[in-house]
Amino acid sequence: MARYDRAITVFSPDGHLFQVEYALEAVRKGNAAVGVRGTDAIVLGVEKKSTPKLQDSRSVRKIVSLDTHIALACAGLKADARVLINRARIECQSHRLTVEDPVTVEYITRYIAGLQQKYTQSGGVRPFGLSALIVGFDPDTGVPALYQTDPSGTFSAWKANATGRNSNSMREFLEKNYKETSGQETVKLAIRALLEVVESGGKNIEIAVMTKEQGLRQLEEAEIDAIVAEIEAEKAAAEAAKKPPSKDSLV
Amino acid sequence: MRPSWRMRTACGRRAGDTLFDSRLALGNFPSTFEIKRVGSNSVEAFEKLKLLSRATLAFIFKEGVIVAADSRASMGGYISSQSVKKIIEINPYMLGTMAGGAADCQFWHRNLGIKCRLHELANKRRISVTGASKLLSNILYSYRGMGLSVGTMIAGWDEKGPGLYYVDSEGGRLKGTRFSVGSGSPYAYGVLDNGYRFDMTVEEAAELARRAIYHATFRDGASGGVASVYYVGPDGWKKMSGDDVGELHYKYYPVVPTPIEQEMVDAPAA
Repeated sequence: MARYDRAITVFSPDGHLFQVEYALEAVRKGNAAVGVRGTDAIVLGVEKKSTPKLQDSRSVRKIVSLDTHIALACAGLKADARVLINRARIECQSHRLTVEDPVTVEYITRYIAGLQQKYTQSGGVRPFGLSALIVGFDPDTGVPALYQTDPSGTFSAWKANATGRNSNSMREFLEKNYKETSGQETVKLAIRALLEVVESGGKNIEIAVMTKEQGLRQLEEAEIDAIVAEIEAEKAAAEAAKKPPSKDSLV
Repeated sequence: MRPSWRMRTACGRRAGDTLFDSRLALGNFPSTFEIKRVGSNSVEAFEKLKLLSRATLAFIFKEGVIVAADSRASMGGYISSQSVKKIIEINPYMLGTMAGGAADCQFWHRNLGIKCRLHELANKRRISVTGASKLLSNILYSYRGMGLSVGTMIAGWDEKGPGLYYVDSEGGRLKGTRFSVGSGSPYAYGVLDNGYRFDMTVEEAAELARRAIYHATFRDGASGGVASVYYVGPDGWKKMSGDDVGELHYKYYPVVPTPIEQEMVDAPAA
């Protein structure tokens, strides 16, 4: 095994590209990120690891916009993310220049995935260690879309997905609880998924909502706290309703 | 020493334009003047003169786009062909017209067709007329100064409706509703501008285009042959007609029978 995990361009005898798999490990260690597609909005949520006291938290934005109608959140190596995001932003503008049309979500996802794949088939380079969740509205049809890419360069569309730390539990939660939602309900669903694996509280979660009219909007901490409080209240009410009737009613 | 008509060209062209620049400018003048200007570099000029003839036009109206062209190719005073296809089918919903160098136009239009198809396959939807014309104009711009000669109109119907762009080998690209390119264009413009209304029916629009091409071929010696008229609608392009302009002449100016006896009566005796 040791011989086959050095240069990226070498397959192992059982068909693995070890560097790609190690990159996926890096993603699994990154912060949790979730994306949920609603009918009129798409929500991205990211776990915010506790910021050191002296750090200016506003400079560490984990959900970024690639264009006025496309946003991206990722899990993994943040420096790799910065490079990939810059290339994607350039491609968004280049596309506007050559065909006088904004990019579709699928197009820019294909571009990012293509870039990630290129680095799995070159000598002397390592793959990008990040999985990206790309959301947006198609400029012509107005249909919301959520895509995910990974270090191997594959991509696919999702109704809701999670990546990063404990992404399996989040995905399980989403599979159980996903339904078509709109507006605030979509935000709540995303936060509930994130709360499965993250300490509750506005300062540990970063949420951004992408709508067709307003583009990307980052939610304030206070807003997030309010929604978290709502969710806790709902949970408590559900628990109370589930409690068996008091034994006194029986003889 | 510039002929005076050159000053009146309204395109703001800079000094030192080659023969072809004026050829492709909107509002061209008959080829007879061109022959006078070409003196010294005869071989090069002869080559260029090969394709100095066009009457192509396109306009957008309520129902879509009409594209029309003649079919003559001339080499100086010699008519080399009366049956040149000047309207190129890029794909089932987009047309391009040919003006300038035939080889350049044909090759780059086919190349554009390939690019459009690849775009469709990759993005699962048709490319817009805006995008297609931009692709072509970017290519032509990159070959700027290397002698390409293309003055084409890209007409089509996409998701935003009818689209019409003029693209040339200088890298210029103009969006518009009415264009005419070629040596016969002033005559075509006269008829087109006079008869144009936005809300015509398809038949009326085709007839207007046919008449405009006919009049261009009537007065411009370098245009002639067959007047082809295409219509581009929501379902793609359709060839409306291809009429020999000689026959169109008799349709627009039918022969009025004069009684022969009259002449003989009026003729002075001996």
